[in-house]
Amino acid sequence: MIEFRSVTKAYPDGTVAVADFTYTVESHRTVVLVGSSGSGKTTLLRMVNRMVDPTSGTVAIDGLDVRDLDKVALRRSIGYVLQAGGLLPHRTVLDNVATVPVLTGTPRRRARTAAWELLERVGLDRSLAGRYPAQLSGGQQQRVGVARALAGDPNILLMDEPFGAVDPIVRGELQVELRRLQAELGKTIVFVTHDIDEAFGLGDEVVVLRRGGEIAQAGTPAQILANPVDDFVRDFVGADRAERVLTTVEVDGRCVVVDRDGRPAGVLAR
Amino acid sequence: MNLFADALTWLGDPSHWSGRTGIAQRAAQHLGVTAGALAIAATLALPTGILVGHTRRGRSLVVAISGAARAVPTLGLLTLAALALGIGLQAPVLALVVLAVPSLLAGAYAGVESVDPVTVDAARAVGMSEFQIITRVELPLAAPVVVGGLRAATLQVVATATLAAYVSDTGLGRYLFTGLRSRDYPQMLAGALLVAALALLLEAVLARLQQLATRATTSTPRHGAPARLAASLEGHA
Amino acid sequence: MTWLLLNWPQALQLAWTHVLLSVPAITISVLVAVPLGRLAHRYPRPGGALLSAASLLYAIPSLPLLIIIPVVLGIPLRSSATMVVALSVYGVALLVRSAADAFGAVDARVRLAATAIGFSPWALFWRVELPLATPVLLAGVRVVVVSTVGLATIGALVGIPSLGSLFTDGFQRGIAGEVITGIVATVALALALDGACALTGRALTPWTRSARSEHAGRHTGPVAA
Repeated sequence: MIEFRSVTKAYPDGTVAVADFTYTVESHRTVVLVGSSGSGKTTLLRMVNRMVDPTSGTVAIDGLDVRDLDKVALRRSIGYVLQAGGLLPHRTVLDNVATVPVLTGTPRRRARTAAWELLERVGLDRSLAGRYPAQLSGGQQQRVGVARALAGDPNILLMDEPFGAVDPIVRGELQVELRRLQAELGKTIVFVTHDIDEAFGLGDEVVVLRRGGEIAQAGTPAQILANPVDDFVRDFVGADRAERVLTTVEVDGRCVVVDRDGRPAGVLAR
Repeated sequence: MNLFADALTWLGDPSHWSGRTGIAQRAAQHLGVTAGALAIAATLALPTGILVGHTRRGRSLVVAISGAARAVPTLGLLTLAALALGIGLQAPVLALVVLAVPSLLAGAYAGVESVDPVTVDAARAVGMSEFQIITRVELPLAAPVVVGGLRAATLQVVATATLAAYVSDTGLGRYLFTGLRSRDYPQMLAGALLVAALALLLEAVLARLQQLATRATTSTPRHGAPARLAASLEGHA
Repeated sequence: MTWLLLNWPQALQLAWTHVLLSVPAITISVLVAVPLGRLAHRYPRPGGALLSAASLLYAIPSLPLLIIIPVVLGIPLRSSATMVVALSVYGVALLVRSAADAFGAVDARVRLAATAIGFSPWALFWRVELPLATPVLLAGVRVVVVSTVGLATIGALVGIPSLGSLFTDGFQRGIAGEVITGIVATVALALALDGACALTGRALTPWTRSARSEHAGRHTGPVAA
């Protein structure tokens, strides 16, 4: 469980990235922080592994204030996935995945064996194990990044727009994979994105953020779609987009779901 | 430290400054040899480098030759040339030209190469002749790097011109060798300080020149590029 | 070449002496310049001053420096210590700039990612920054190697034995063959050491090799993610 209590982040030049943010991320849930740039979502994420320290307020993991924990040990216990992988270019895929276990003292051979298992878990062909990141495609690199984050068996996964740098088709595949992994593993995931569709696709809970980390609305995707709280949220989720405004039409004995322009989106299950 | 004081005393003696073997005369010789060698090296290296940078061909050959030239010890070249050409200025100038060419060459081709190909392409499309492109587009934009090469070359030549005194009666190096031979340490040290001072002076002047060239040609200064290229151009005598 | 055939033991001895002057100086240069370069990169303000001081130091001509050093340090002029100090000074002055650039060439995102997943500052330097800085660093070291080997010959002018002694002796006795031997030997030594550096560099950086060959050999598009 991750608790943000009245967290504020202000910079010396006057910019306020986050103002008085309070929220609790329940364990084993996927929470997506979604907003445009300037909404403070990445800042909030990076407060969890102390890459950023709040100006005021506290961040607590399972009741412990992160400021009381050793930074380096904390980071090794949390899985972190960022855009464009952030993989070590001078290490093979296998060694990249094994990075955190090796840092915490696991013998290299054992770490590599475990990494080997993990590759399959994230949908990577094992023949890639000896390659270097530069030899992989963007989608493959992201999978390695996810594997690396999982290697230390952390309870918490922080994901900072991890699928932003790949093309839409690959992004869709990676999202599906993540949902599958989460169903298997049940980690606590905090996911940051600016893409509302991605947020709805992945999140158990979605937090829509305004500038300065102000929560516009928090709830399940269904709740937000059903009842957007104000114009900002309505606009952001595209509540008036053609594909969101759905009605049913009877066609040949079936209920076909169509969008506002009359284009079919699906069929109601019998 | 006593020795420094003695050297300064030696420098303070006005009789050491005037006359045919005086400091003023020798400094002039030193600079003269430097300038002469640089001029010759420039006429060889700059056109070649510019051409290589402009056509983007022949680079590997030029790099190989520069590398080889840099590995040749200047003292060896100097003594060999002196044995072949005799005592006098010919041998030192030859050795100094060989020393200066790599840096000038590198500055020229690296500078011209670094000009954005898009800019050159646009100039060509607008209708400039190749010669106009070189003189009006590439050279002005390449100036900082070319000056960097000039700076590196000048420093090396000024320093090595000290050695000219080994095979001829020219330049400030004479004080070092005379002092060495006659165990006149104050003279030797004074000579060393003079050459060092001259080199530092030139370095300061050329650094300023490079700064001005950089400012004149770029609105957004290319911080790393000129300095890095300049560093890679350096070899030493 | 007759000179070489008649005098090869002496030439070999001088070559060995030359190595004994060059290699320690190169080693010292690397050991001093790499940390200094990193500091210069990390703290740009004092770093800038450091790099300027280095340029200035490098501008001092070799023979004068060779004469000034013993006076400042109180060691005899004719000693190999003087030569090694002088060579090291130039090596450091040359290499510091390269080292700063080398650390600057390390992708900031990689550094940040490594910090975020839990590298301690110590591990970050040794296992991430240094390996990634190696390619550029090595290029700088190679320049220092060639420069040092060439510079070591100057010592002969003040009586410090090295391959340069073949120049002074050959000149004074009018034997061109001796001078030529000296030149060839110096160049050969420089190229040999440079080659050794290049090979070491290739061995230390396997990831740069494979990326290049991969780009060269790619026929099909990226495999489905």
